[in-house]
Amino acid sequence: MAEAVRVSVTVNGQTQTAEVEPRLLLVHFLRDTLGLTGTHVGCDTSNCGACTVHLDGVSVKSCTILAAQADGSSVRTIEGMADGADLHPLQEGFWAEHGLQCGYCTPGMIMAAADLLERNPDPSEHEIREGLAGNLCRCTGYHNIVKAVQHAAELQRAATAPEPGREAAPAPATQEVSA
Amino acid sequence: MSEANGGLHVGRAMRRKEDPPLIAGKGNFVDDITLPGMLWAAFVRSPEAHATISSIDTSAALARDGVEAVYTGADLDLEAPLPLAWVPPGVDVAAPPHWPLAKDVVKHVGDPVAVVIGTDRYAVVDAAEDVIVDYDPLPVVVDPEKALEGGDLVHPDLGSNKVHEWSLGGEVEAALESAEVVIERRFVNHRTAGAPIETRGVIADYRAGELTMWSATQVPHFLRLFLALQLGMTEDRVRAIAPDVGGGFGSKLQIYGEEILLAWVSRRLGRPVKWIETRSENMATAHHGRDQIAYVTMGADRDGTFKGLHVKIIADFGAYMMLLTPSIPSLGAFVMAGCYKWDAVRTDITGVMTNKMATDAIRGAGRPEATHYIEVMVDQMAQELGIDRLELRRRNFIPPEDFPAETAAGVVYDSGNYAGTLARLLEHFDPAAEARETPDGKLRGVGFSTWTEICGLAPSRATGPSGFGVQAGLMESALVRVHVTGAVTVYTGTSPHGQGLETSFAQIVADKLGVDPQAIDVMHGDTSQGPWGLDTYGSRSLAVGGEAIARASDKVVDKVRAIVAHKLEAAPEDIELNEGSFSVKGSPGSGMTLADVAGLAYIPEDNLPAGMEPGLEETSFYDPENFVFPFGAHAAVVEVDPETGKIDLVRYLAVDDCGPAINPALIEGQVHGGITHAVGQALFEQVAYDENGQLETGSFVSYALPSAAEMPSFETDRTETPSPVNSLGVKGVGEAGTIAASAAVTNAVIDALRPRGVDFINMPLTPMRVWETLQEKGGAPA
Repeated sequence: MAEAVRVSVTVNGQTQTAEVEPRLLLVHFLRDTLGLTGTHVGCDTSNCGACTVHLDGVSVKSCTILAAQADGSSVRTIEGMADGADLHPLQEGFWAEHGLQCGYCTPGMIMAAADLLERNPDPSEHEIREGLAGNLCRCTGYHNIVKAVQHAAELQRAATAPEPGREAAPAPATQEVSA
Repeated sequence: MSEANGGLHVGRAMRRKEDPPLIAGKGNFVDDITLPGMLWAAFVRSPEAHATISSIDTSAALARDGVEAVYTGADLDLEAPLPLAWVPPGVDVAAPPHWPLAKDVVKHVGDPVAVVIGTDRYAVVDAAEDVIVDYDPLPVVVDPEKALEGGDLVHPDLGSNKVHEWSLGGEVEAALESAEVVIERRFVNHRTAGAPIETRGVIADYRAGELTMWSATQVPHFLRLFLALQLGMTEDRVRAIAPDVGGGFGSKLQIYGEEILLAWVSRRLGRPVKWIETRSENMATAHHGRDQIAYVTMGADRDGTFKGLHVKIIADFGAYMMLLTPSIPSLGAFVMAGCYKWDAVRTDITGVMTNKMATDAIRGAGRPEATHYIEVMVDQMAQELGIDRLELRRRNFIPPEDFPAETAAGVVYDSGNYAGTLARLLEHFDPAAEARETPDGKLRGVGFSTWTEICGLAPSRATGPSGFGVQAGLMESALVRVHVTGAVTVYTGTSPHGQGLETSFAQIVADKLGVDPQAIDVMHGDTSQGPWGLDTYGSRSLAVGGEAIARASDKVVDKVRAIVAHKLEAAPEDIELNEGSFSVKGSPGSGMTLADVAGLAYIPEDNLPAGMEPGLEETSFYDPENFVFPFGAHAAVVEVDPETGKIDLVRYLAVDDCGPAINPALIEGQVHGGITHAVGQALFEQVAYDENGQLETGSFVSYALPSAAEMPSFETDRTETPSPVNSLGVKGVGEAGTIAASAAVTNAVIDALRPRGVDFINMPLTPMRVWETLQEKGGAPA
């Protein structure tokens, strides 16, 4: 085994320091070293995007980055998306629009979508589909994932640029909340 | 969207109870679980498709730091080989020996040869690379049709590559001879993968004579049973847990050697052991699906009357008989009549072994193949007869008044209104309005599929040993427990893994008991909780498991009404549920809530009627009278680029009927995902082996799952024709889209290519295949 390297990464706002194998993947650093198991592994080849996190504000596939490469950087994972009890608009969108079934791809899908909305706050359906082409879902057929991202985009736009007389929430969705 | 089933909660698109942890990164999948002292496993797998193992040298691996043990097939002392549980009736299926680690000979690429156990996730992979295995290659059998001609054998001890021959339906020759027009086609329904985004994963923890296993499985109850049988334990000492499971699609309806082996290793070492499958392992060694060649003959009269259908299937089972392998094509035979009246329908199945991974159930399991044959043939016949393809379907549909209807394949369909779903589809879709050529020179085509299927796998008289031969009497259990506070816990024997059944089950119970669905916990996937169950597959969980829950709830309600009647000095039949209160008809103010009643039931004093036992929980073991048969009408619109062969799916419409909706949003989600799975098979996905049995699609780099960029949004609607089989009227919907869609897409592509002289084509409709087919036919407008 090669000599351990010391890495220091700010994860969801907290600085985390550890001695790790030089070959340790960022995803295993997050999951196994830090216990942040919300980031998943699906394919090992950067095709499925289940491992997507933000590295210095940009979405990356954490199964193809070494923990050592993230030294000195800032990482945001799915665990860092909600603000206390307040869901991130994408979490709200995925719940409201039935954008997940088994939920395994969902964290990566949310992180990729967050990066997309950061770059393009009002994406067309085509832009959402192209923007999420690096994240695979086997359950939903993507229809409701597209709706979830649209839902979140509308929530975010309403929150950042409120129009006079306009509600902060989008028009009632097809789903109802029973509780 | 119709929502006829108007309960307070049933029939509504309620948000899922499952979602809050999953959207927060707080799910609990197998790889999220770590136990103290846990070891890791990595497998050494065969790179050869067929070879004898001449030697295995484990010394270098054992010498590495952190390696605790290396085991090979010679070390195993299990009670029995891996199980083949379901065999079609009336035939003998010779199952070759199949062990978690190969003994002396490997039969396909990926066959496990050794397992390395160590203290670190990465170190065991390093050590596995240090296990030196010498192979002497043997002749490789790849082509299933050549395999049936004799020559090289996958298992020489069996004397043949043929596994079995099995038929359903009577004599079909007379019907075909009487037909004025007979057409024949050869279909290749190619091999695909389940490809859940979560691979397989297992933790085994044997301590103090008890075994606990966490596995990414659809079938924890089956797993407990077979762990007990393989290890020589009794079931009560084995606990199997399916935690959050990241999709299955049939590929986790299996008892895998890795599960059995990890339990054996944990018992041997006295420590917990974990194995997380790599994607490459998953592509090579999670069972595959489909892989049939079908010779289909269809006869009809010139007026369009269907006469006979004869489907001769060669099913490539791969190298071993796994849990259900030889039964899968039979599931298709049961619905080979499709939605239509025939004089005769016959399916002849020949199973064959090859040096590939075994095939078994993948979403739809035999029924997508059957529907593909039927629905493509109907379009082919329409072209032959010069009759509109929808009119031809309407002339032959089994009419609504014929139900329950025994088909020419000898199966009784429960309910249906095929013309109704087709009419609803055409309210949303005008085929004539879809232009054949686009301004940019693309070829545009429209295709349809009017489908039905058999699901709700249960009736034990049909599925059991004396019936169609599933060697397990399928039924389902439910336990509804009202706690002393009035809180409700429901235990189901099904094992949902993404379907949203915690939510739909809670909706059913909420309406029955007059409580909020958020206050109902639905427990599943842990064999230490609740009665024996039969798990989740075959679109059975709502139609069988949900009905069991409804029945258990009804029993609870009966007891509640008796207690309330006793307290209020009324007759039980006069007690009704009104806005969460059980009260006497006509005096709603007098009522008691479920919590009130639970208090009396658990603190009986003299609160209960004479002779009534205390407590408030009821169990149902539900064994239905029949399967259920959902159905629908789908349409696809494609554009084909004749220069490149690339196909764009530009519209997809689906009208499905799975009876009254419990939760319409969940139905839509199942339909979307099901369609996409079949579009994947039709356009992109193929598990490919070369002529040496080498797997060419060993990762997601080469196995092309559809992404969001390749799929359209869907246009869906429903009709609601109740099933008479269960009190909810419901039918399964998990496999519906997958069963329907490959035929609709293929028919659309043929429709697009027909002006260029192409009148038939087999999947996968990759750009290369489409382009080559156009070149063969001249590629010019006909």
